[in-house]
Amino acid sequence: MITTHEILLIIGMFAVTFGVRYLPILLSGRLEFPDAIERALRFVPVAVLTALILPMILLPDGEWALGLDNPYLIASLVSVVVAAWRRSLMLTIVVGLSVFFIIRLGWLGF
Amino acid sequence: MIVGAIPFGILFGALAINAGLSVLATLALSLMVYAGSAQFVAAGLVASGAGVGVIVLTTFFVNLRHALYSISVVPYLKHLPQRWLLPLSFWLTDETFAAVIGRYRESEKEPGQGPNKHWFQLGSSVAMYSNWQLCTVIGIVAGTRLENMSEWGLEFAIVVTFIGIVVPLIRRFPMLVCAVVSGVCALVFRDMPHQLGLIVASIIGIAAGVLCEALS
Repeated sequence: MITTHEILLIIGMFAVTFGVRYLPILLSGRLEFPDAIERALRFVPVAVLTALILPMILLPDGEWALGLDNPYLIASLVSVVVAAWRRSLMLTIVVGLSVFFIIRLGWLGF
Repeated sequence: MIVGAIPFGILFGALAINAGLSVLATLALSLMVYAGSAQFVAAGLVASGAGVGVIVLTTFFVNLRHALYSISVVPYLKHLPQRWLLPLSFWLTDETFAAVIGRYRESEKEPGQGPNKHWFQLGSSVAMYSNWQLCTVIGIVAGTRLENMSEWGLEFAIVVTFIGIVVPLIRRFPMLVCAVVSGVCALVFRDMPHQLGLIVASIIGIAAGVLCEALS
């Protein structure tokens, strides 16, 4: 069953997501977004998503893992190269996941 | 774009169940929040034991870009009544925005064709929303049937997805600075309670990017 904790989470996430999508339409004409805010907003996805994944890559089990035996690190490096080269989300995911699972299963002898 | 969303919907369902969310909560997130990347982030944060406040705040940051979409479609929707604006803004995701904005801009060049373009947005919104729900259900079923999925390292699917989103966005130097500063700060502040370090690192990263842009 659903817990109170989860209900709070869903209501909270609903409120901020819908608010962000609806308020600008509602307030249009009455409120101009300052240029500076709009410029800062463009950095948001890169900042948040990078902050989220880097610790997952470098400390997968809560401990530093900077060696070749860390599948997260190796597969991420490959994914970054593919993403920068082809700019395709789907291709990045397919290649990145394949590399990750190949290393995990030990086919490369790590 | 509908096809592209299918694996993410399924993956979200499976990851959320694995993160310890109940079936009902997983479904409710897709039904009520309907924001792919934020749902992924939330599943990851739930798994790492983050507090509700931090997850909601992170959702706010992750979805802030939707405000830009909302502002961009205002000129094409402002003549509509609230009964149109409420559902259309609820369904305004990355994919829907990408699908409709081209249409709207196109319609500007052909006067007299514009007034009914919001039907196109409604149609594409409903199709993508239904697809997302269906895929979430498939993911939930997969996630509850397959034992030990958490041991497969499926969290890496989140990592690689975000790499695929972030890397193509880094086209200018200030954006690179933002990514590096934000990432390093996330490592430095990783032990803050409730994953608060994520928020702190993001804000410092954004500030670094803005500063770098202003100086260049």
